[in-house]
Amino acid sequence: MNENLIDIYIMGEHHQVPDSLTILQALEYAGYRLTRGVGCRGGFCGACATVYRVNGDYHLKFALACQTKVEPNMQLAMIPFFPAHRPRYRLSELKGTAQEVLDIYPELLRCYGCNTCTKSCPQDIDVLGYVSALLRGELASAADISFDCIMCGLCVSRCPAELVKHHAALLCRRIYGSRLAPRSAHLNQRIAEIRAGKFKAELEQLKNMDRKRLQELYAAREVEPEE
Amino acid sequence: MSYPSPLEELVRRVNQTREQRLKQNFPRLSAEEKQALLEQFHPDYRTDTFTTIQVGPNAGDRTPRELASLIEGESPLTNAALNLDHFDYETDVLVIGGGGAGCAAAITADDHGARVIIATKLRLGDANTMMAQGGIQAADKENDSPAIHYLDVVGGGHFTNIPELVEALVTDAPEAIQWLENLGVIFDKNPDGSMKTIHGGGTSRRRMHTCRDYTGAEIMRTLRDEVKSRPGITVLEFCPAVELLTTPEGDAAGAILLNLNLNRYLRIKAKTVVIATGGSGRLHYQGFPTSNHYGATGDGLVLAYRAGAKLAFIDTMQYHPTGVAFPQQIVGQLVTEKVRSLGAQLVNRNGNQFIFPLETRDVVASAIIRECRQDRGVRTPAGIDGVWLDTPMIEILKGPGTVKRELPAMVRQFARFGIELDKEPILVYPTLHYQNGGVAIDAMCHTSVRYLLVAGEASGGVHGRNRLMGNSLLDVIVFGRRAGNEGARLALQRNDTFTPTLEHLTRWRQLLKEKKIVPESVSPILLPDYTRKPAGMESGKAGTEV
Ligand SMILES: Cc1cc2nc3c(=O)[nH]c(=O)nc-3n(C[C@H](O)[C@H](O)[C@H](O)COP(=O)(O)OP(=O)(O)OC[C@H]3O[C@@H](n4cnc5c(N)ncnc54)[C@H](O)[C@@H]3O)c2cc1C
Ligand code: SF4
Ligand code: SF4
Ligand code: FES
Repeated sequence: MNENLIDIYIMGEHHQVPDSLTILQALEYAGYRLTRGVGCRGGFCGACATVYRVNGDYHLKFALACQTKVEPNMQLAMIPFFPAHRPRYRLSELKGTAQEVLDIYPELLRCYGCNTCTKSCPQDIDVLGYVSALLRGELASAADISFDCIMCGLCVSRCPAELVKHHAALLCRRIYGSRLAPRSAHLNQRIAEIRAGKFKAELEQLKNMDRKRLQELYAAREVEPEE
Repeated sequence: MSYPSPLEELVRRVNQTREQRLKQNFPRLSAEEKQALLEQFHPDYRTDTFTTIQVGPNAGDRTPRELASLIEGESPLTNAALNLDHFDYETDVLVIGGGGAGCAAAITADDHGARVIIATKLRLGDANTMMAQGGIQAADKENDSPAIHYLDVVGGGHFTNIPELVEALVTDAPEAIQWLENLGVIFDKNPDGSMKTIHGGGTSRRRMHTCRDYTGAEIMRTLRDEVKSRPGITVLEFCPAVELLTTPEGDAAGAILLNLNLNRYLRIKAKTVVIATGGSGRLHYQGFPTSNHYGATGDGLVLAYRAGAKLAFIDTMQYHPTGVAFPQQIVGQLVTEKVRSLGAQLVNRNGNQFIFPLETRDVVASAIIRECRQDRGVRTPAGIDGVWLDTPMIEILKGPGTVKRELPAMVRQFARFGIELDKEPILVYPTLHYQNGGVAIDAMCHTSVRYLLVAGEASGGVHGRNRLMGNSLLDVIVFGRRAGNEGARLALQRNDTFTPTLEHLTRWRQLLKEKKIVPESVSPILLPDYTRKPAGMESGKAGTEV
């Protein structure tokens, strides 16, 4: 493939890179062997948070380096680490109320509602939306809105009220998952059956079965239809 | 339409045949047909890219060249360079690897009151676990049972799995789900609390539990948060292990870490060591792209092997049938199997189906490779082969809006490159996805080296020669917890008069010498090198990501 080279600036340093690369690939193309600022390379871990401007445009832009193509004349820097306050708590010692989230993160009340967080989120999450839900004590809604958060911290780096909302949202989701979500009767039942040894004999038989017989059983399996 | 014009033409063909394919149920293959397809097209069956191991407990076994070169590699350490009279840390349980298995082990060992250190390569949670989208299996529905799950697992693994390991996997599964729930993992549920479960390739019951398409991320961030809230667990990030320590009798006794920030070694004395370093997709076997995270370089196998542990099933890797083939920027990244679970069909250049979409992964991957080799594939402008995965079909089968609701991570990933999943099919080709084998373990995660335990993708035997979707996240939790239990139990029994040494290296070097092997590499490699070398300075070893 013929490469179309463009100019980019990595922490101020000029490089020419093919325009087909992601920001992460461009850094490597330029010669950076990264240990910081890269994790999954697939948009799931938030390690590669990147801030950039395009020359001539005053707007600050935010992106995941592994998921974003380079643009001509971009001036970029990674934010490989951002100090994020996380008070010590043990989920098992909490009662699971909305008030507890505010007790642990009282600074949430300082939110100005400026919406900068939402504008900086590379996951397009309604960050202010979940902060507001937390403030209203609506844990289920905050858990739902924040679910796709990959904890990159970009919204934290930009917040004038210094709020570490992705951690607060995580606490809220853990409370929701462990305390508020309805429990599964079938799960409890199966665990009780296993503890009572209900499947032991059958499994013992399967474990000692010769391959041919297993193959027959496997081929004769009944497959549950799709919904 | 966001595809360049030659592809756009072919997309139209897929659209044209959709109506007719909706009614078509592609037949499943017979056991013989599957075997023939695998032998002809699966990468595991290529002979030129494999070699035979010559030294150590697996001498005589076959494995990909890339892995052989590392497990028969040279250690970065010399015995003289480190003073082992003093240690930077002493602990009961040292967990190497901060992914799902490592965190589950650490939390469980901490429950028993053991002092725990997690040493991990990048940040805690920068791991394959974070990337899992599809789901986690457990036989907890009325129409299902651990025995039915067992049969699916061994059938998927071509009846080669170690029976005791499968028994442990399926028996602990429901409890593993509950354990995660108690830690705060939010599973997809119906209003009455019952789990919303779906099929995966090779399942006979709908037993895949999901957290939207962020199942692994939801599990990983929850475990990470729990680890951080426990004062008994010390986390050392950017500190990969580069060598184990052993006693003169050959028992595990700790490890040497490399602090990547300071480029300085750390000496850890530990009563038990749990290796939970995950897989090796970043070794790019046979030049395949990979879905794995940046740190998946098979280090655990290297460390364990040099210390004398036996490996198992290292001649088989999993190529996930649906890696991204277009756009080029994200080639190799995973298109979750959930897409096929939801009803998307695989379609060739001519607009025809060519395989039942939920055959096991090795079979589907082989079928895709066959289509491409026999000129029924689609070649992208970047020269990458692929076939269509007909995602708009999901909207017809499951109702409009399903794609956005069930696959938000994927929708987002493709939207960044202008492709609308619910309206356009996507191009896929197999990607190197999972290390089926690893260090041989028993049901309590013991290896052939005393006080050395292994859990998760770094272990071998649970899945035999092929893993089913959703059984790895399960493996990680089930065996992670078992390793944590057993690691703590053994540590609390062992008195600390043992002497950690590097004597196994002396023995190892002796062995290499006897066999006249000149190591090709210094291993573990820790991270792949994707930097472009200036002209004339190519190392010849640098991989390319695609
Ligand atoms: C894209 C993708 C999607 C997947 N989807 C599913 C799915 O839907 N369902 C399912 O069941 N499975 C899925 N899998 C497989 C599953 O996620 C993994 O097999 C599993 O999570 C592995 O967990 P682990 O803890 O063993 O390893 P990992 O989660 O990879 O953790 C290993 C950790 O060890 C660290 N490490 C490596 N070397 C060293 C060293 N030398 N010293 C210290 N630390 C080290 C790594 O950096 C990492 O943090 C998927 C995998 C991928 C890549
Ligand atoms: S950036 Fe901070 S202050 Fe502004 S809306 Fe978001 S949380 Fe509130
Ligand atoms: S909510 Fe904040 S931490 Fe989460 S993904 Fe968005 S910017 Fe990143
Ligand atoms: S490297 Fe994980 S999100 Fe980019």
